[in-house]
Amino acid sequence: METIKKTVLHDFHCQEGANMALFGGYDMPLWYTTGTKAEHLAVIKNAGVFDTSHMAVLTVAGAGARTLLQYCLTKDMDSCIGKNKTPLTQGRCVYGLFLDADGHVIDDAIIYCLGDESYMVVVNAGMGGTIATHLQSQDMAQGIRIKDLTDKVGKMDIQGPDSAKVLAKIVKNPEQLFEKMMYFSFKGGFDGCTGTTAVQLLDGTDILVSRTGYTGEFGFELFCDVKDLVSLWDQVLLAGKEFSVIPCGLAARDSLRAGAVLPLSHQDIGPWPFANTPWPFALAEKDGKGKFTKDFHGAEALMENDWQKYTLAFAGFDPRKIGAEETNYVTALDGERIGKILTCTTDMAIGRVDGEIKSIAGGKEAKLKGLCCGFVLLDKDVKQGEIVLLTDGKRKIKVEIRTDIRPQRTARCAIGTMLA
Amino acid sequence: MKELSELIFVEGLRYTEDHEWISAEGETLKVGVTDYAQDQMGDVVFVEAPEVGDELSKGDEFGTIESVKAVSELYLPVGGEIVAINEDLDDAPELVNEDPYKNWLVEIKPSDPAELEGLLTLEAYKELLKG
Repeated sequence: METIKKTVLHDFHCQEGANMALFGGYDMPLWYTTGTKAEHLAVIKNAGVFDTSHMAVLTVAGAGARTLLQYCLTKDMDSCIGKNKTPLTQGRCVYGLFLDADGHVIDDAIIYCLGDESYMVVVNAGMGGTIATHLQSQDMAQGIRIKDLTDKVGKMDIQGPDSAKVLAKIVKNPEQLFEKMMYFSFKGGFDGCTGTTAVQLLDGTDILVSRTGYTGEFGFELFCDVKDLVSLWDQVLLAGKEFSVIPCGLAARDSLRAGAVLPLSHQDIGPWPFANTPWPFALAEKDGKGKFTKDFHGAEALMENDWQKYTLAFAGFDPRKIGAEETNYVTALDGERIGKILTCTTDMAIGRVDGEIKSIAGGKEAKLKGLCCGFVLLDKDVKQGEIVLLTDGKRKIKVEIRTDIRPQRTARCAIGTMLA
Repeated sequence: MKELSELIFVEGLRYTEDHEWISAEGETLKVGVTDYAQDQMGDVVFVEAPEVGDELSKGDEFGTIESVKAVSELYLPVGGEIVAINEDLDDAPELVNEDPYKNWLVEIKPSDPAELEGLLTLEAYKELLKG
């Protein structure tokens, strides 16, 4: 029997009365006593913290490390930063996928450039070994050091508009930390993952602060040595008290990310071809002739593939949902069965006002009840704005195919405005 | 998640194996979900109720209760006519989490009050939760 893993924050979760569930091999909090709605809204209005130390962390270093990652990652690391598509350099990170030879998704990842031939690779819970093996199995992996640091790295996220204000209270030189801290950049390091800059808490603890996240909102992912995580978590919560920061569970992360149209690995992307999705940004760009700007593992299969299925985002008209169980499905308005549900959750910060989706962000629309939203995998392309039905065979829920869902997301807001 | 000792129970109600409660006396009976049910479900975001006047049998699905986690079907503990639905829940479904015993879902006029006898007593329901 496989043992259930616990993060070092497990005691905290239990003491706080969290509703726990198995996720990626770990016993993780679904929600705390405040409930998912309060947690979801905290991230939109103030900030929330998440235990993400179940995620797996690898380091890839040595001559050829970049070439190896460039070949394995779907994103073109030489053309990915900013509008001008400059190369990934030290202090920047990039989102991409690892595909198998058939173009199926093994996992998604954020790659951190620690130095010329030194990278940190963050993948999903339980995937460290799989991705390490995948990287090692490439011919060009000879002589490259691939280490699985998962059990040595502590990780937590703070997400929401007040995140920087909270961090400013517990780090040395916050001005220096936040200066030019662009979306998908990071500063600092810790034992095992060091860049050139250092970021320390007031108590001298080394941390790595990454301006990334999974909620669509402004915020940071924080990495440290695993022995420092409980202290970091406590410090963030204490500093966050005046901003009404609360711990948030997996359910809020799910509803936040679905509203932000972000995929969950092994649910919205997985062992099927990565094609016809709302996330082409995870791939290398294509040139004028329709060819990828670089070769990568799985690219050939993607170019040749005749995958006739379409992953599409949707939003409903009220909070009602139909779960993503295997027995549930999607139909056209005439009842024709056209596909299955990948994710269906409720973004509790949004609602429809005269048909248009509005958010509570900014405080103008206080009385919104939430909308169901998520992803479907359909046998045919359905245009934005068209209606399909989610059903469990009895209940039917109308949902609208969308390219975007929750408005007024803060992930890319200028950091200066978030500190003002 | 609440421990058994933290769960709230109310005397004088009957309970079901689907974690619903029903008032045990009167011309009409109120039906709701238990504290255990609301704790397991998490935040309730929507309650789908039947129409007033619907005639349903014991065990019939009379609606659904949706939480952040899942959609749960609601089954009538006894047969009868739906005489009222709790309209407060339209605007504030979270009331079910706040007080699942005060915030009932439907009110029913039982067609055969004897059906109540087959439901769990408070003690039997507690035993069920102990597993």
